[in-house]
Amino acid sequence: MTNPPSATREYLKPPITEVGVLGWLRGNLFNSWYNSLLTVLVLLALWQVVPPFFNWAFINSVWNSPAEACRDIDGACWSVIPQNISFIIFGFFPDGQQWRPGLAMLLMIGLVIYSKDRKHWKKSLGTYWLVGLVVMATLMYGGVFGMPVVETDQWSGLPLTFMLALFGMVAAYPLGVLLALGRRSRMPAIKTLCVVYIEMIRGVPLISLLFMSSVMFPLFLPEGVTIDKVLRAQVAIILFTAAYIAEVVRGGLQAMARGQFEAADSLGLNYNQTMRLVILPQALKIVIPPTVGQMLSAFKDTSLVVIIALYDVLKTTKVTLSNPKWTGYSTEAYIALAIFYFICCFAMSNYSRKLEKALHTGH
Amino acid sequence: MKFSRLTVLVTVLSLLAAGVAFAGKDLDAVRSKGFIQAGVNGGVFGFGMPDEKGVWKGLDVDTARAIAAAVFGDANKVKYTPLTAQQRFTALQSGEIDVLTRNATRTLSRDTQLGLNFVQVNYYDGQGFLVPKKLGIKSAKELGGATVCVLPGTTTEQNAADYFRTNNMKWTPVVIENTTELAKTFFAGRCDVLTSDASQLAGTRAVAPNPKDYTILPEIISKEPLAPAVRHGDDQWRDIVDFSVLAMINAEELGITSQNVDEMLKSTDPMVQRFLGVVEGNGKALGLDEKWAYNIVKQVGNYGEVFERNVGVNTTLGIERGLNALWTKGGLMYSPPFK
Repeated sequence: MTNPPSATREYLKPPITEVGVLGWLRGNLFNSWYNSLLTVLVLLALWQVVPPFFNWAFINSVWNSPAEACRDIDGACWSVIPQNISFIIFGFFPDGQQWRPGLAMLLMIGLVIYSKDRKHWKKSLGTYWLVGLVVMATLMYGGVFGMPVVETDQWSGLPLTFMLALFGMVAAYPLGVLLALGRRSRMPAIKTLCVVYIEMIRGVPLISLLFMSSVMFPLFLPEGVTIDKVLRAQVAIILFTAAYIAEVVRGGLQAMARGQFEAADSLGLNYNQTMRLVILPQALKIVIPPTVGQMLSAFKDTSLVVIIALYDVLKTTKVTLSNPKWTGYSTEAYIALAIFYFICCFAMSNYSRKLEKALHTGH
Repeated sequence: MKFSRLTVLVTVLSLLAAGVAFAGKDLDAVRSKGFIQAGVNGGVFGFGMPDEKGVWKGLDVDTARAIAAAVFGDANKVKYTPLTAQQRFTALQSGEIDVLTRNATRTLSRDTQLGLNFVQVNYYDGQGFLVPKKLGIKSAKELGGATVCVLPGTTTEQNAADYFRTNNMKWTPVVIENTTELAKTFFAGRCDVLTSDASQLAGTRAVAPNPKDYTILPEIISKEPLAPAVRHGDDQWRDIVDFSVLAMINAEELGITSQNVDEMLKSTDPMVQRFLGVVEGNGKALGLDEKWAYNIVKQVGNYGEVFERNVGVNTTLGIERGLNALWTKGGLMYSPPFK
């Protein structure tokens, strides 16, 4: 088959409405009467919402002024954040000592970033974390090197949020895996125990667990004996998250083909080896997406500690808003907090997607 | 291994408990700790809330500071535990805190069934109504048919319902969970009236776009005597807490302020001499230093000073003394003689 010589033919451009921006618009937004209608409606709605919001947030807004200056403007008063930043971030941590939680948080973020790289997943990573944790705890608590002691009831704001979230996730994960294995165990006592635990914890909301830890639990202790409030909340969060992780991991375990177990058996591996070398690496990989889902909700759930009067970053913001000076600017403060939570959660889910890709070995 | 650790833990805990049991008294526990653990609100401006620097401020906070001044001679020897409404009484019962200064209303059932003792009231509150001036309403009796902004699940809602029923008036409640949002809704005009404790109303009005457009109606429809509380079991501790509050009131009655207290030491008035410990006796009776009342006034101030500093007319809240004025000025603040 031969083409006619092109030189003899005039090259016709396609009509302007079929290509380029116009073509795309016609093809995708105005390709039928109802799509055209929808497009127009959406544009109208955007026109109604976006410019006023833009004006409010950026044009008529103030960014760092005393509260009085906010009274006279129509726009957003973002000043509520910078003017109260030290209380929102560090809460009750004594003035002048706030570099300590600041440094501890930087250290933690640094360690988390370092741990992201799979090349660093070696024994030394554990050592780094151990050292890092000791340093962080020292920074927070003090009592050495001339740093005054700061009791845990003064730990608040962002460091508290990070602490509850990080330990909540890190400690809950192995516990959850153990519970999942226990639930699939052939030993009746262990199995029953795990089932009862998981179902009991999953059967109640986190709020009630936190209440139990803060209101009921102290009543069981002898008078005068108290256990640290932060610790109680932390344990409640760990126990709660672990139960959910356990069910996620169990899903992964059940997805393992029988052949995997039999292959491990035929190699002469014992239970521990089978789980450690064959089953868990595959099972845990399968359940990365739901696990991350659990982690994200655990991170956001830490804000529930407001109901037991722990001052996480949400509560410190709320307290700032209780000051009559700043009461009217809750929208701005909550938007700022939402952005903060979004950044943290988005980073986590982004990382999990990368991890999934990296671990994808094709089956 | 686990079990042996558990055994050790249990043993240690029971020993600790036994130790506390032998010491018995809350006052001894406070003295050996070296500070007072006070339960406070944490979110109510003017009563108990941290400021921008995380320093606790408020009427209830100052009450706790007065107790510390009485016991230790140093008002700063207080640690604050912010508590929610649900936690507050348990925290006191379980010994997590030594004294509750968290705008708690004294009621019969709380005083008896919860194993608590309330002491001298440090703020007389009551529920009232905030209305826009342009409605031209002068009395709560004219509120028939009104839409009322109210917080849910509190006695406030119930009190309002009772009030409207008793007066045969119709009302439409607009229930909003959060104080801040409640105020916003009210200012946006979604309801005619906002009802809440009078002390809160003043604060709400203060944040209005134009505070002068709103007025608080004269009717107070409920009694809310807010008082510090201690748990049953140590009457001496109770007395100390009680008289620490009373000392602030008595100081105001006697005209002693944090400014003039040092001059007052030279006063020839026997009441002042007894009060400030120049003539000894009161301190010994309470088991405190004779300077206890002097320390309270010097470091914290008299009741009037504390009131004006935290909630008075020159603060954002701008609350009049009203019921909280001295009995000699038409209020309810009255102290028994200090002798």
